Amino acid sequence: MSTYPAHFVYTKEHEWVNAAGDIATVGITHHAQHELGDIVYVDLPKVGTYVEQGKTLGSVESVKAVSDIYSPLSGEVTEINETLASAPEKLNEDPHGEAWLVKIRMSAADEIKKLLSAADYQTYVGAES
Amino acid sequence: MIRKVRQHITQNEALLFEESSPGKSGYQLPALDVPAVDPHEALGGGNVRDEIEGFPEVSEVEAIRHFTRLSTWNYAIDLGLYPLGSCTMKYNPRVNELVARLDGLAWAHPYQPESLSQGAMQVIADLESALLEITGMDAITLQPAAGAHGELTGILLVRAYLESQGNPRKRILVPDSAHGTNPATASMAGYAVQNIKSNDKGMMDVEQLAGLLDRDDAHDIAALMVTNPSTLGIFEEDIAKVAGILHSKGAMLYMDGANMNALVGLTRPGDFGVDVMHLNLHKTFSTPHGGGGPGSGPVAIKKHLEPFLPVPVLKKVSEAWHFDYNRPQSIGRVRAFYGNFGVLVRALAYILAHGGPGLRNATVDALMNANYIRRKLEPHYDLPYSSPSMHEVVFSDDRQSANGVKTGDLAKRLIDYGFHPYTVSFPTIVHGAIMIEPTETESKRELDLFIDAMISIANEIEADPKSVLQAPYSTRTTRVDEVLAARRPIVRWKPDRSSSQAAD
Amino acid sequence: MRYLPKSDSERQEMLAACGIATAEELYAHLPAKAKLNRELNLAPGISEYEIIDFFKARADDTAQGYASFLGAGVYRHYRPVLCDTIVSRGEFLTSYTPYQAEIAQGTLTAIFEFQTMICQLTGMDVANASMYDGSTAVPEAAMMAVRVTGRGKVLVSRVVHPEYREVLTTYARHQGMPVEEFGYHAETGQLDLEDLEAKLDRDTAAVIIQSPNFFGVIENVKAAADLAHKSGALLIFVFAEAASLGLLAPPTDADIVAGELQSFAISPSFGGPYAGIIAAKEKFLRQLPGRLVGQSVDSNGNRAFCLTLSTREQHIRREKATSNICTNQALIALMATVYMTVYGKEGLRELATQNLSKAHYLSSKIKPRFTGPFFNEFVADAPGSPEAVNQQLLGKKIIGGLALNRFYPELGNATLLCATEMSRRADMDAVAEAYAQ
Repeated sequence: MSTYPAHFVYTKEHEWVNAAGDIATVGITHHAQHELGDIVYVDLPKVGTYVEQGKTLGSVESVKAVSDIYSPLSGEVTEINETLASAPEKLNEDPHGEAWLVKIRMSAADEIKKLLSAADYQTYVGAES
Repeated sequence: MIRKVRQHITQNEALLFEESSPGKSGYQLPALDVPAVDPHEALGGGNVRDEIEGFPEVSEVEAIRHFTRLSTWNYAIDLGLYPLGSCTMKYNPRVNELVARLDGLAWAHPYQPESLSQGAMQVIADLESALLEITGMDAITLQPAAGAHGELTGILLVRAYLESQGNPRKRILVPDSAHGTNPATASMAGYAVQNIKSNDKGMMDVEQLAGLLDRDDAHDIAALMVTNPSTLGIFEEDIAKVAGILHSKGAMLYMDGANMNALVGLTRPGDFGVDVMHLNLHKTFSTPHGGGGPGSGPVAIKKHLEPFLPVPVLKKVSEAWHFDYNRPQSIGRVRAFYGNFGVLVRALAYILAHGGPGLRNATVDALMNANYIRRKLEPHYDLPYSSPSMHEVVFSDDRQSANGVKTGDLAKRLIDYGFHPYTVSFPTIVHGAIMIEPTETESKRELDLFIDAMISIANEIEADPKSVLQAPYSTRTTRVDEVLAARRPIVRWKPDRSSSQAAD
Repeated sequence: MRYLPKSDSERQEMLAACGIATAEELYAHLPAKAKLNRELNLAPGISEYEIIDFFKARADDTAQGYASFLGAGVYRHYRPVLCDTIVSRGEFLTSYTPYQAEIAQGTLTAIFEFQTMICQLTGMDVANASMYDGSTAVPEAAMMAVRVTGRGKVLVSRVVHPEYREVLTTYARHQGMPVEEFGYHAETGQLDLEDLEAKLDRDTAAVIIQSPNFFGVIENVKAAADLAHKSGALLIFVFAEAASLGLLAPPTDADIVAGELQSFAISPSFGGPYAGIIAAKEKFLRQLPGRLVGQSVDSNGNRAFCLTLSTREQHIRREKATSNICTNQALIALMATVYMTVYGKEGLRELATQNLSKAHYLSSKIKPRFTGPFFNEFVADAPGSPEAVNQQLLGKKIIGGLALNRFYPELGNATLLCATEMSRRADMDAVAEAYAQ
């Protein structure tokens, strides 16, 4: 049984993408939240920001560490998950569901092909740890 | 049965705001000797405030009890060894407190006439010359308010000098063992930061450095910021060579003086190629940490940086001290007035008490204490770098973490034995660092008690690792939920929030 | 040596335990070229008694015993005995930054109370654990405004303390943060709203004003805030005379407050150490520089405090930190906390009213140059050169006002005179007499 939904794609920087039409929902993986420990704060871009694949999208903080989140895709941020501001712990509890981070209107559909499948990501995470 | 060195007191006490009641006060002003003025009339009604809502209302007796009770919840040097690495928690002589409070010094206004400030200016001058002798540098400013502030001042001096040479350059090199203030400072002064790795001796990798300075883009490198001895307590044996390589490319060597307590009287940064450095008077020169300040971070420099010193610069003109503001190449002002003068007084008193030979003796004792601890704890804790230790020693939790106990847990257990923890998880190049700096002002008996405690904890972890994981057990306050504090920040008291959960 | 708690035989024992015979072997590994092969050229150590004598001689060679009418950012206020009593307790004096919350609740609780009192005093929602001083708090506040707004420029009033402005310029130079000044009104001594409005643009991150300003005059904070907000900039309110907040309306129209607490029991001490503050509206909490204490619970569920939101700081974020600041001014902030406690709600107001009364007694005899309302200091023209009138006052063991031409050449013979609760009527009469000539 996989922790990682098969219809998502993943990055080596531990973000996941769930694409539907030209809108991609983005979050961080179970592995990422586990490595970070108790997440206390999430810093997200403003709606309307244009983000580029591989560039910083925001950051997540634990008590004693800050980690950048890299945008898995290029495009415009159309929505951010406002609930995380008051309940960052959701990222630890449900990283692949309720605690999605942003929705992006993709500007280069091809980019998604470069990302990893659930199986490949799982192998990658296994190898990394 | 473990050997507890001392107990922690558990007074109960609420917050001031919860102890207040209307109509109580702790002050009395003398009767006014001029006509009373109506604030509304003098200032205009809109400029006058209503009462300060929620402000304390307690009597003098309650005020002193409140703060005295709070004080009993603190650990302090006055209670025992404070082995924080790179913090140099040495004894704070009390005569220093007395002299800093002498009326003529404590009540000196920074704008009073120079003719009536000569004594205070003489104190600054005396400290300047003593610190120059100790560091082997050419000139100094005592203005920076703390170490990090000194770093910023020092890097601004480097920048100003390089600008005067036609190019401020772009990068500052920082070893991976550096304090976080170093990269933060470089960034504030407009530089990009490039990290330098340490080698297996725990020293800067001179090969890597030479390689970097050999590349075509080396003319971009402004300076290297190095702590010597490093945060591993290891003296950089190639420091003079490093200085030479930097100088050959027009770059400068900045020394973070956080660990100067290892060097005073034995070796001088000015003699091994340092161009600019800061000192921490609250570390090496015994001025109190006070729970996190005030500090003082003088910056000492070589001659070529002198024109750029922050204003004002103290100067003697026809037998009298004078502040010189006419310095066209100066980086400007780094703070109002002349620095943390009260801290300068204390540092000078410390230097006078020891004197030249005495300062060297203090350094030697600091080295001896660290090496004694190293020798006694080496059988029980992993020592990642075997290079000789100066004033501090860094172990790792390698053996203990194999049993599931990490450096942070070990540190908390040390509290149960009556000590303050060592520095935890720093420097970050040592995984699970246990960084210990005893300073010279600890007796053999206190060191032995500390060593016994550390060995006893190692044994406890061998026998029953779980037993130490929830430590400390003996304090009024047990482990504090830092995650909750960060997720739901409450940074001030409010009546509604706290009434239902008053202390105790 | 009295600070080195070891006998020679203990030293020998310890060296033997280290496996070496002499102390020299402890540093034998230092590179030969780096070694200092001589004693430091400093006099031998002296006794406690001699140290006190040494500094008494220095203290005697100052303005000891003089009355003073200097203010200009450093004020003579009475220091209640309790303030020194508390900060002299070893548990506060000789403790470190409270990273180990279980054995630092004393410092942490006091800082939490400090943060609360600063909020109450300034009308802001959040305050940090203190900064170096007022002058360095100003650029830190400006950098904060740049982070918040994403804009670059700051506009600063010319009647903000001149030395604070100089420090701002030094900090701003390498941060891509242009600093532009706007003027003051020649008649009222207040900031020039028209000049401010003309200089505000879409790149302005913050407008920095001080009240009472450097001339002692109280500013129209709301008008400045409205202008700043209209163009999307923040208003940074600066105070140098904390005692004024006992009486003056809190700057609730500001977004960020940066100030100096020297007035609260901190002796003038020839310019430092003092303590600065930064306070702000709640929404800027995560942009605050410096240390911050937060409330939490311990594992038994009891209220407890700890340092919090430390990911903003240099030891974690390194080159991306909100500031390189490491220390706060904990002991000085504690002194101010005790001061605010001793005076309390009623006392600060009464103290401020006494200051107001004294300064207005002086101004009833020496005409202020500006018409704007003032608190405890005001600008007055000296009869002839300020140096001459001050020289004359020194003969009566009185230090007169600060000559302003060093900072404001256009003001000619103007001086800045300050009276506090410690100013005696007889001395004020003597100053008035000198100015009447």
